[in-house]
Amino acid sequence: MSTSTAEITARCQALFDDLNFSYAREWKAAVPGRIVVGYMPFYVPRELIHAAGGLALGVLGGGEQLEVIQGDAYYQSYICRIPRSTIELGVTNRLDFVDVMLFPSICDVIRNLSGMWKIMFPKVRSRYFDVPQNYSDEVGGAFYINELTELREMLAETSGREVTDASLRASIGLYNENRALVREVYAFRARQPWKAPSAEVYLLMRAGMILAVEEHSRLLREYLAAAAAEDRPRRDNSRVVVTGAFCEQPPLNLIKSIELSGCYIVDDDFMLVNRWEQSDVPQDGDPLANLARAYLHNSANTSAKYEPDVEQKGLYLVEAVKRSRAEGVIFASPSFCDPALLERPMLQRVLAAHDIPFIAFKYAENSGQMQPIREQAGTFADSIKLWSNP
Amino acid sequence: MTVTAAAEVVKDSSMLKQKEMISGNYRKLETAAADGRKVAATFVPGNLNELIMCFDMLNNLPEINAIQNGLRKKTGGYIMEAEKRGHSEDVCTYVKADLGMIAKGNIGPDGQKLPNPDLLLLSYTGCFTFMKWFELLRDHYRCETAMLHVPYQGDGKISPNMIAYVVKQLKEEVIPKLERISGVKFDIDRLRENMAHSARAEEDFVWVLESAKRKPSPIDAYFGGVYYIGPIFTAFRGTEDATGYYRLLRAEIAERIARGQGPVTPSGDMPSERYRLVVEGPPNWTSFRDFWKMFYEEGAVVVASTYTKVGGLYDQGFRHDPAKPLESLAEYCLGCYTNRNLPSRIDLIEKYMEEYEADGILINSIKSCNSFSAGQLLVLREIERRTGKPGAFIESDLVDPRYFSPANIKNRLESYFQMVDQRRAGGSTPARAA
Ligand code: SF4
Ligand code: SF4
Repeated sequence: MSTSTAEITARCQALFDDLNFSYAREWKAAVPGRIVVGYMPFYVPRELIHAAGGLALGVLGGGEQLEVIQGDAYYQSYICRIPRSTIELGVTNRLDFVDVMLFPSICDVIRNLSGMWKIMFPKVRSRYFDVPQNYSDEVGGAFYINELTELREMLAETSGREVTDASLRASIGLYNENRALVREVYAFRARQPWKAPSAEVYLLMRAGMILAVEEHSRLLREYLAAAAAEDRPRRDNSRVVVTGAFCEQPPLNLIKSIELSGCYIVDDDFMLVNRWEQSDVPQDGDPLANLARAYLHNSANTSAKYEPDVEQKGLYLVEAVKRSRAEGVIFASPSFCDPALLERPMLQRVLAAHDIPFIAFKYAENSGQMQPIREQAGTFADSIKLWSNP
Repeated sequence: MTVTAAAEVVKDSSMLKQKEMISGNYRKLETAAADGRKVAATFVPGNLNELIMCFDMLNNLPEINAIQNGLRKKTGGYIMEAEKRGHSEDVCTYVKADLGMIAKGNIGPDGQKLPNPDLLLLSYTGCFTFMKWFELLRDHYRCETAMLHVPYQGDGKISPNMIAYVVKQLKEEVIPKLERISGVKFDIDRLRENMAHSARAEEDFVWVLESAKRKPSPIDAYFGGVYYIGPIFTAFRGTEDATGYYRLLRAEIAERIARGQGPVTPSGDMPSERYRLVVEGPPNWTSFRDFWKMFYEEGAVVVASTYTKVGGLYDQGFRHDPAKPLESLAEYCLGCYTNRNLPSRIDLIEKYMEEYEADGILINSIKSCNSFSAGQLLVLREIERRTGKPGAFIESDLVDPRYFSPANIKNRLESYFQMVDQRRAGGSTPARAA
């Protein structure tokens, strides 16, 4: 018997709610020698972790359920929420099974958190994972291959298992498959958003932060089949792209509120790591060079990446709007998020130049009041309809 | 990130010289077009002044403009202007002060119009905001941009991979662009010569900083320090002018030592040294003098600060090295204070606490600056734990007057100084004033 979207969503919701990460703990305990590698948003090369016999565990803060008590003592009021709730997860031993923590190069907060982790959790191997902002193969590529090599060695040392080219190629294959399915889910939702509500898609993608890649791919496949088979009422919603939420995550209620207020989310940047490489990474040849080339020439655009060509600046968002046939953009960014908030005016200028309407608001992962957001999104949805049907 | 002689505080010849250097650079910027000079806009930490000079280009530093405008109390209006134009209240106020100034006609701190840059030289070190700031500027100016990505010292060390990456970018991206835009061919010997000048100035600069190990300290290494870093962090490192400035400064400090004097303050010589502090974090600029006064009135001298290391840790041995110019530039960029990981920053502060025999650590946490501020509460705890000395934590902003609360800060400082007194009198548990 096939699984229903409700069953799949319930499973994803359980994973999402479980701040003790039981799945990852059990996964690790099941086979001796397994390691768990935690990573912060937005991107790390998960293929390397997989090839080292590791589980890549996305750590996206504590969300709305976690009561942050100790974490607040580490951060001033004007710093976003995710580092404090992540510290909370750490000091309450919820991440005590994690062998390695990776802190991607995204902003100064996560960068400094990498050093805090070294001090606060000296037994965990933690690494700031740098990526190039220069996209030439000989320059940024060479630098990046070296970074990847160092990471590969670190992971192999932790797991006691050599990361061979062959295993890496196999892992690339699995992640290619996973990314293709993720793209398919996004495309499906863009085609028939009433059949794939955003909160469901969100939870499905969040499951990819926890589950082993093979299992996540299976779930994606099941979801695609179930969602296509189920009949759901089609509402007269406006179609929007949500952007700016690539790190600290909005509360699930916020995503639901956007949809309830009359907007179908047809594209978003909630968890970019799932769709980082935009097409398959080649499996033949040198795997590290392939990963590097994919990063340089074929990865998602986001605020934390430099755009060398002024004419291209922000077009990624216009393309996302066109690709998903959206009618407007919602800038939803965490309060105090420098990368998202500094990028915003540039993106808004580009959208205005393309006559794409937008609204903007800020949130925190534990925002409770949804009414203002619902009203703002509702008014936006109505005005889009007015504009498109003058 | 540095201050220059905006406040009429001192009459020493080094100060007058510095003031003249700064206004001279503004004058050159104002007449750049008429003089046929090309202008590069670039940032303070990890700047490539020696290299820029090889192409006869002028150097305009947006952070310095923001600071100068802050000291002149113009930034409040500029920040509001930027916010009115859609920039978030949450982001770095240097950026908004700069964008607001541009939106209001790009009139520089000394009242003259600043030139549009011919090149945005994004050699960003130690802060992600720089990258967005330059994208925002590029969006406005639509001019050429050269990007030098400086990797972060995540593991607290500079690896050969990092050096190779930066050098390659210099060779393949930065230098060719500078050549093309300026029309001047790169001459590595000229670079070496500039770097030799830098190294001489750096030597004297370090001597000045280290003079604070004496008791009493002849300098204030934070409030006074921001004047001392002026030339070496900005458009002058590598010039004869800067070398001359530091020679002069060193001689002045040597005299102060000989006379047993403490630091000079806006109200004259500081009569007695009661507290020796290490300060972490940038100062506030819009109330700079009031802020400083809260210290010198209490006899508090800052003997070492981290802010005076954002443009290089010369006191830890780094010198621009003419023998390996590009590698040395790379090492310079990689080694600036905020490009060091948090454990290295803590180690450095601990070292300062010991070497400069400080009574405590004070953190001025800046709302604008995640690069400095994210993690400072842990820095405070660690330093207190390791040294047993008390720490204090205050909050303000760089150039946004809305975030400087004098009464609050003064209160905190006063109770902190009391705590230092108590500790001296035999108290043992470190406690915080904040
Ligand atoms: S939410 Fe923004 S500022 Fe905070 S850690 Fe993430 S990217 Fe950095
Ligand atoms: S965030 Fe800090 S380091 Fe970065 S530009 Fe602003 S003040 Fe300077």
